[in-house]
Amino acid sequence: MCVVCGCSDNSPTHARHVQQASGEPGVITVNPANGDLHFGAGVARVSVPGMSQERAIKLETDILGANNRVAQQNRAHFELHGVTALNVVSSPGSGKTTLLCATIEALKARQPGLHVAVIEGDQQTSFDADRIRATGAPAIQVNTGKGCHLDAPMVAEAFAKLHTHEHADGHSHDHVHDRHGHHHGHGHGHEHDHHHHGDAHSLLFIENVGNLVCPAMWDLGEAAKVAILSVTEGEDKPLKYPDMFAASQLMILNKTDLLPHVKFDVARCIALARRVNPAIEVIQLSATTGEGMDAWLHWLDHAMSTHHHHHDETVSEEAALRERVKQLEAELARAKAVLSAKTPI
Amino acid sequence: MHEASLAGGVLQLVEDTARREGFARLLELRLEAGQLAGVDVRALRFALESIAPGTLMAGARIEIEEPPGQAWCLSCSQTVAIAQRGDACPACGGYQLQPTGGMELRIIDMKVSDG
Repeated sequence: MCVVCGCSDNSPTHARHVQQASGEPGVITVNPANGDLHFGAGVARVSVPGMSQERAIKLETDILGANNRVAQQNRAHFELHGVTALNVVSSPGSGKTTLLCATIEALKARQPGLHVAVIEGDQQTSFDADRIRATGAPAIQVNTGKGCHLDAPMVAEAFAKLHTHEHADGHSHDHVHDRHGHHHGHGHGHEHDHHHHGDAHSLLFIENVGNLVCPAMWDLGEAAKVAILSVTEGEDKPLKYPDMFAASQLMILNKTDLLPHVKFDVARCIALARRVNPAIEVIQLSATTGEGMDAWLHWLDHAMSTHHHHHDETVSEEAALRERVKQLEAELARAKAVLSAKTPI
Repeated sequence: MHEASLAGGVLQLVEDTARREGFARLLELRLEAGQLAGVDVRALRFALESIAPGTLMAGARIEIEEPPGQAWCLSCSQTVAIAQRGDACPACGGYQLQPTGGMELRIIDMKVSDG
């Protein structure tokens, strides 16, 4: 029976349903004379000969594909708004919120025109967003409930809220964000003014749920992931939770003011982080004493000035690297073949 | 823990496909979760089995393939096998490794029945 309306499977109506539901005309071929359906016409499908009831459907679809599509929309959205978004990840208690509050205060003094906003992810409470709001920066709390990470649709919704709340002064903004991201509903080039605060750049910190495992897999549309590790944690965490440090562009070693009191080998920690991510940058700082804040603010400046090109660069760098690997492997295979031909057996 | 979210993503994809292709029952689902994909295969299987009852996935056979982790070693200039990120190159013992394989996390295909 047809899942669209319950019509019988061999009716011409059904053929139309399948064609409509597929949304990809031409992938399933329908014979207009008798309503026969021909699967296996498109590249993504295979048919299993000799099976009338059973058939195989080839999908080869990324399980995180739906999230990644929304993340790309977020990325495009951020670019359009001149927003540099950073996905701040760490285990609970590493000092993320304290660092963000200190960063906002420092930026207020140094770059008073710079607009900074925060999306706070936690399972429960709005304590963290309240702490951010106390600095004067706009913040939206996202409570994930039982969820262990933020996903791209959550960030899309939060960003829209941040937006409407900041502009509650007469502009009308109707951002309709489908939770599943099938329809972004936020057509660009639309009515509202994209030049916020007369400033081309702004910063958006997305403070992820405190968790060194799950958030590594969910792209939110950020320019970069920043992993925070405090010296009161183990120096071997980069190796214990390699995916997170592999996915991050920067590791901040926080609470360095406590180094005299704890057993934490900074050099070993950095070496372990570079094992899983040879390119990771490292900044040592203390949000409490302000040590290392200059390096962090400088890094932020750099991220804001380059991030518009950064993502494309990363993609093309990766593509170039893959291409190089392929070439070298081919070369190696040729060399081996030559060698084995010359070696007497 | 994120395996539960991933299982939800799998179910969503199965339901979307059912709507598009109009099948009645899922017989077999073949997934691919690479060794470097950051997924615990046992947890993923458990999560899939937990959400299956009452859905199209109920009673379906689930196969999860685990493509091996591979990386390009910059020192040896060759592709080597690694079981996890942070492992040393088995040939030279170095850590200048760029993962090149085993990051897949996909639905490969499914066997369905119309009746």
